[in-house]
Amino acid sequence: MLKTFTTGGVHPNENKITASSAIERVAAPATVSIPVSQHIGAPSEILVKRGDQVMAGELIAKSGGFVSANIHSSVSGMVTKIEDIPSVSGYTQKAVTIKREGDIWDESIDTSDILIKEISLSPSEIIKRVGEAGIVGLGGATFPSHVKLSPPPGKVCEILLINGVECEPFLTGDHRIMVEKGEEVLTGITILMKALGVTKAVIGIENNKPDAIKRMIELSKNYAGIEVQPLKVKYPQGGEKQLIKAITQREVPSGKLPVEVGAVVHNVGTAYAVYEAVQKKKPLIERVVTVTGPTIKKPGNYLVRIGTSVEDLIEVAGGLPDDVVKVVSGGPMMGKALPKLNTPVAKGMSGLLLLPQEITSRKESQNCIKCAKCVSACPMGLSPYLLMTVSQKELFERAIEEDIMDCIECGSCSFTCPSSRPLLDYIRFGKAEAGNILRSKK
Amino acid sequence: MDVVIITIVSLAGLGAIAAFILFLASKKFQVFEDPRIDDVEEVLPATNCGGCGFPGCRAFAEALVKADDISSLNCPVGGDETMQKVASILGKEVSKAAPMLAVVRCNGSCSNRPQVNRYQGAESCAVAASLYSGETGCSYGCYGLADCVRACKFDAMYMDKKMGLPVVIEDNCVACGACVDACPKNIIEMRKKGPKGRRIFVSCVNRDKGGVARKSCTVACIGCKKCQKECPFDAITVENNLAYIDYEKCKLCRKCVIVCPTNAIHEINFPPRKKPGAQKADAESVKV
Repeated sequence: MLKTFTTGGVHPNENKITASSAIERVAAPATVSIPVSQHIGAPSEILVKRGDQVMAGELIAKSGGFVSANIHSSVSGMVTKIEDIPSVSGYTQKAVTIKREGDIWDESIDTSDILIKEISLSPSEIIKRVGEAGIVGLGGATFPSHVKLSPPPGKVCEILLINGVECEPFLTGDHRIMVEKGEEVLTGITILMKALGVTKAVIGIENNKPDAIKRMIELSKNYAGIEVQPLKVKYPQGGEKQLIKAITQREVPSGKLPVEVGAVVHNVGTAYAVYEAVQKKKPLIERVVTVTGPTIKKPGNYLVRIGTSVEDLIEVAGGLPDDVVKVVSGGPMMGKALPKLNTPVAKGMSGLLLLPQEITSRKESQNCIKCAKCVSACPMGLSPYLLMTVSQKELFERAIEEDIMDCIECGSCSFTCPSSRPLLDYIRFGKAEAGNILRSKK
Repeated sequence: MDVVIITIVSLAGLGAIAAFILFLASKKFQVFEDPRIDDVEEVLPATNCGGCGFPGCRAFAEALVKADDISSLNCPVGGDETMQKVASILGKEVSKAAPMLAVVRCNGSCSNRPQVNRYQGAESCAVAASLYSGETGCSYGCYGLADCVRACKFDAMYMDKKMGLPVVIEDNCVACGACVDACPKNIIEMRKKGPKGRRIFVSCVNRDKGGVARKSCTVACIGCKKCQKECPFDAITVENNLAYIDYEKCKLCRKCVIVCPTNAIHEINFPPRKKPGAQKADAESVKV
């Protein structure tokens, strides 16, 4: 019997079209627009001005607060504009536009493919380096990684969990990283273990990725303290709290951080980025984006420079098919439909889904039939139908009592609702308002 | 016969004792309430809309009786007439508040503001606003999902299906402000109704730079400051690429309406112009 989390969960169609497509490096685009807010927390402070020459990997914006991250240029060239551009949500965000000239990398960066296993840095130096490299959680939450590596005082971390679950349908970036960059990922995990001072790490992988499981088990024999745990396929196993429950059977208390139960979770992609930052001095300036969809010409896993426009990336994947009506940033369950295509690829963009009408259109919302399917599907054990109603009626105090802040916005409730009710739409709104109320109380 | 007498006497006795206890209790626990509160509540419109800033007419009546100076308090629904009655009951001074009206400051109809994407989520502006900027290139404009219409308790608003924008019915609007609070984009503003309902306002809230704003909407304010230069009364300010007309200073001369290159300034309830340049303005004047 394979392990999995116990409360709720759903089984959407996997649609892992690109599972066997090797990661393909995309040539640096002619221009990049790098947003200065690619993480949770305060926007970074811009350090460059118009007309400045920058190299790939050069710092262009420095962390603007505790939960913020550095941002580096992803190409070499000249800063042409610092302006407001549309973000994933359609509102404007500040971004630095760089016109590429050649492709010169910062001298300190080691661009060779040679594997360096030896870790020479001390834990505090590792955390410093990870922070300098601007690494954020690449699973999509974009929480700055160096903050996660420094547990709050009084809390002890016992185990490091590595998220190789990739439970979102369609996405295969982490899968390919494990298959192709196994050694680097494992070295990255060893670095993370050293930084956290733990001796045990477990990589959780769902068993729909047998090649990744096999490869990681094989390689992990050479690394002390790293185990691979195959998991039963169930969405949303990639959620931090669900993964902790699945692997360690521990439950993170409501409103608390995972470190409360002695666990820290990092994504496979993040472990790879940490390897590159610590061993190769390479900041986070490119990431793997799965560009996929049932009708596109060249679906694949593309290694893209941060700041490349979504339009350019779609061109690389064979252009926008005529029947595509929705472009989603991220996976189909938690991703966001893009209102405009001229937005850049940011650190948190794990996939780009090009979906035709028939599989993406929402059915008309009907009355609630009190079947409680949403309650059984909710992985956090909440009552989505109730949270929707109280949010709709703007009873936010009641919503707080019903633990709306525990919602991880995984979308299992909306996915499972036979009446196609917009459950998550309202819950997300209620959660935002409830968050404002809680913040104003503090 | 005895039984009947005993019953009547004992019940009457019990009644008398209970009445005495109740009498004592009503004296002991009496809460003094100013009788004028009832009188004031009587003249208030009893709509409980909250437009005055208090939770219902009763609470407003209490506040009116309690406050020494009620010149800052106003019932937008009843208007001056009601406030005069209140003043005569309480013997306090009320200020003469100009009648107000809700004004929708967006003219991004389907023809003026092309749709660039389609929203399929929950039918609510508040939900849409928590997700993204909207179906058009303009991230400041109206979603057209009618939160304001649902908030209106006086049937003073409806959605114009063709334009995709809410419309205020002047005669019904009582300026309670419910729509202003309901709009997540702060498009609706309370403005002075003006003499004979005449008023001039900038029907746009877009703060993008001129070129960007114009690209997403043909009737957007582009912040060109022509109106500001034209205005003889200093009533217009342009901040963050957006013009705003101060209704206290505006003398309704309509000069700004003529110079606006994008027709973003609207004049309402004015008689048709006779001078040259009138044609253009006539075409744009919106009759409600």
